Amino acid sequence: MTERKIRIMVAKPGLDGHDRGARVLARCFRDAGFEVIYTGCHQTPEQIAVSAIQEDVDLVGLSCLSGAHRYLFPRVVELLKEKEAEDICVIGGGIIPEQDFEMLYHSGIKAIFTPGAHLDDIVDWVRQNVEPK
Amino acid sequence: MYFSKGVLDQSKQLRKKWEDNIRKIANKTPDQKARWSTVSDLEIKRLYTPEEIKNTNFESDIGYPGEFPFLRGNQPTGYRGKYWTFRMFAGMGSAADTNKRWHMLINSGQTGLSTAFDYPTLMGYDTDDPKARGECGKCGVAIDTLEDFLQLMDGIPMDQVTTSMTINPPASVLWAMYCAVAELRGIPLAKIGGTIQNDMLKEFIAQKTFMCPPEPSVKLIGDTVEFGTRHVPMWNTISISGYHIREAGATAVQELAFTLRDGMEYVESVIAQKGLDVDDFAPRLSFFFNSHIDFFEEICKLRAARRIWAKVMRDRYQAKNPRSMWMRFHTQTAGCSLTAQQPYNNVVRTALEALAAVLGGTQSLHTNSLDEVLCLPSDHAVEIALRTQQIIAEETGAANTMDPLAGSYFVESLTNEIEEKAWEYIHKIDEMGGMIDAIEKGFPQMEIADAAYQFQRQIDAGEKIMVGMNKYVTDDEQKIPLLDIDDAVEQDQIKRLNAVRRKRNHRAVTKSLKDLKMCCKKGDNVMPFCIEAVKNYASVQEICDVYRDVYGEYRDPGLY
Amino acid sequence: MEQTKKIREGNIRIVSRLIRNLEDSEPEARTAIKNIFPYTGKAHIIGITGSAGAGKSTLVDGLISAFRKKNKTVGVLAIDPTSPFSGGALLGDRIRMQKHTEDPGVFVRSLATRGAMGGLSKAVGDAIHVLDAMGKDIILVETVGTGQQEVDIIYNSHTVIVVLVPGMGDEIQAIKAGIMEIADIFVVNKADHPGASQLLMELKNMINMAQIPEDGWPLPVMTVESAFEPIKFGEKIDSLAQNILKHYEYLVHSDQLKSRLHRKTMVEIKDALRTCILDQILSDLEANGELDRLAYKLISKESDPYTLAEEISSRYLKKRPGKPYQKKG
Repeated sequence: MTERKIRIMVAKPGLDGHDRGARVLARCFRDAGFEVIYTGCHQTPEQIAVSAIQEDVDLVGLSCLSGAHRYLFPRVVELLKEKEAEDICVIGGGIIPEQDFEMLYHSGIKAIFTPGAHLDDIVDWVRQNVEPK
Repeated sequence: MYFSKGVLDQSKQLRKKWEDNIRKIANKTPDQKARWSTVSDLEIKRLYTPEEIKNTNFESDIGYPGEFPFLRGNQPTGYRGKYWTFRMFAGMGSAADTNKRWHMLINSGQTGLSTAFDYPTLMGYDTDDPKARGECGKCGVAIDTLEDFLQLMDGIPMDQVTTSMTINPPASVLWAMYCAVAELRGIPLAKIGGTIQNDMLKEFIAQKTFMCPPEPSVKLIGDTVEFGTRHVPMWNTISISGYHIREAGATAVQELAFTLRDGMEYVESVIAQKGLDVDDFAPRLSFFFNSHIDFFEEICKLRAARRIWAKVMRDRYQAKNPRSMWMRFHTQTAGCSLTAQQPYNNVVRTALEALAAVLGGTQSLHTNSLDEVLCLPSDHAVEIALRTQQIIAEETGAANTMDPLAGSYFVESLTNEIEEKAWEYIHKIDEMGGMIDAIEKGFPQMEIADAAYQFQRQIDAGEKIMVGMNKYVTDDEQKIPLLDIDDAVEQDQIKRLNAVRRKRNHRAVTKSLKDLKMCCKKGDNVMPFCIEAVKNYASVQEICDVYRDVYGEYRDPGLY
Repeated sequence: MEQTKKIREGNIRIVSRLIRNLEDSEPEARTAIKNIFPYTGKAHIIGITGSAGAGKSTLVDGLISAFRKKNKTVGVLAIDPTSPFSGGALLGDRIRMQKHTEDPGVFVRSLATRGAMGGLSKAVGDAIHVLDAMGKDIILVETVGTGQQEVDIIYNSHTVIVVLVPGMGDEIQAIKAGIMEIADIFVVNKADHPGASQLLMELKNMINMAQIPEDGWPLPVMTVESAFEPIKFGEKIDSLAQNILKHYEYLVHSDQLKSRLHRKTMVEIKDALRTCILDQILSDLEANGELDRLAYKLISKESDPYTLAEEISSRYLKKRPGKPYQKKG
């Protein structure tokens, strides 16, 4: 038996095309030894949930800079729950004002990373909080 | 030659002495780091001397303002005739909300308008499309039909103020709305002025707001250029943009090279497809650059941009009209240089970046607000940003004389270096068969991705510093008031849209969309049909669906 | 057999977890394969290979649409390389297949090579069984696309499509790498680009030289132009799909299906033996530290690799030392 690999999906829900952060993070996860599925810009929450299940990922990292996170992030969590995949951990990043944190945590988002977050801190968070299934 | 042999010989001698001296000192007090470089990682020397610019030719490389190669500015008078346009990018919530912000800005001394649209509008969707859920009004104003546009322009003197619209795939649609409002108000199209961004190539490269594949996208742009040339002569029909390329992580050289090569692609396409002479339309091409935090690199980049473009227009396209050789550009300070931590520091960053843009000779400027890394800017933050420009113009004396840094060994040398490196990229893309082919190969996308990743790694390693973020970090957070766009805006906007759909003339809508489709299939100019459709209250998405239907839809190839 | 039942019903969570377990060599995954094996063998497996940038994923995306139009369910396994430095991987093929995400008749899974050579991943053979058992009519396997020696795909598929593009200078390379011998269908992608006609000519010359017998498979060369022209692209892909199905019919009629199956199962049983015997022995030796001690014996020249291996094999396989190599003495 080989070591269990952490699988992560990095996704950009909504219409926003600012993918610098998502792409940098995808590379960083690869360099940290994770298997990363990057699904590109302009994904609907439905597409993200289905892809996450087909790819059997441990973690979905959502990135949104348009301000639509209050709808999009909780919707992904909700859809995973509907598809009996609530064990998949969902985190978010982008331009997220602090006043929205509580609402997002409450909806099931496990962590939020905003501009200035260090890549290493994000990787550490994953190592500490994500147990490959 | 820029210097006499005597000066160069003298400099060489003195330099040797200075270098010996340095070696002695460096043993005792070594440099803080081994390598000093710009934010784009261009290595910078300790000292620049006449030798660094010894091959520069005064007349052909530097010259005078208003004269080829326009390094020192397009206008012979500089800012004395007219300051740059204070143009703050604004848009949020509903058309009425944005109209209110515009009036506030005009009352504060702003001299040009600039529109930010929300994502559904930018991507050619109506607010009630499932893909648009949650996005309405969040990062700009929501426009679905002419009704919204009329409200947006309420009380704005369209024959006196120029309006810039940051809109790309649906540029023809939003511009058609602007033209339609002018016509409804009895203002001739020849009297209105402004800019549509309308630069699709940089969307494929960096910003990722796309609709149709590259080739038909460039065709649609050609339509607007042709229509503007014939009917709206004061309108800038493309704003060839490096801003987003830079924000996506490009270096200064990449920003410059990719933007100018995009510009060449448009020029070539319009000449080939529309049969226009280069001097017919080139004077209305405008550019849009980023002003990042590395002060001298940015100034040199902007100076180099003017010189490259002048050479390109004269030598590559045989333009005769000096106005065709002018690189006219708007500048925005760098959003990606701001930090969420200690946000008040952003005022300082923006001020320095704005000063660099002015010293680089910008014609128009947007200064970011201190809270823009956190949310849409609040009224108060916007006012500080606008005042920053006014302070630079009226207090600092930066506008007193033209191109004040010219002749500096360092500035001229760095300008040359940036230009050379940009040409290398331009030639490489030429070899690939042009920008569309390069984009298809993923070349500019990957170059930018590599640069972005490298920069992030340098930040994480502390090799590059962002104050408050990876150095001089404090625990006590500065709280600033944030602007929130109410989620209720979406429901209100959908109600408005439905009301318009109920009361408009359905037959006229259907007919004008059918006519537009026929026109697209035939390859005719879409603009007259687009204006007709918006006048009948066809929505942004209804028109864009015609484009998608005929030209196909482009999806993110997801290069990383 | 609750799990087998769920796989056959197409339960996505169970299927995707099982593939994960196969990749990670979890012991229970082997049991699952034992259970589903009787239900495999129905799918038509299609390998798609060609160098990076040849447009394989876009072609796969087109083929999914084409087969869905024919009411066939489709499974996709897309393989990307594992970074030799970090052991991580960036899997980006499914990006181009997004429009099928919400179609329940399509299942797409990305696999990392995890050190496997030959353009595939070690788990790919078993993953194919899983998709087969879940009832997918068509299974598309997209190789890594390094352009080097990606010939393993023939052991895993019925029909191999080799994708080439003009102007990448890889034509001659590909012939050398033996990738040409594995093709059942050639696709010249981006055929509107300069250099396409020359590439087509080279290919046709090569096929002519191959002297295919009259009742043999004619080795079609197809062209596909820009994916940005949806209607024309769709038509070209439809006829590619048609040719793929024709190839399968040919395999059935010419009895070649059997020989291909034999070729595939030979590899499979060898792989399984290796897993059950060699891997077992190795992990055993590693766990008790003997492997290390053996290495030292070589460094100190106390022994040589073959003598040591014979000792080990006799111990584990209960044979007298040296017997398999009697000639040696």
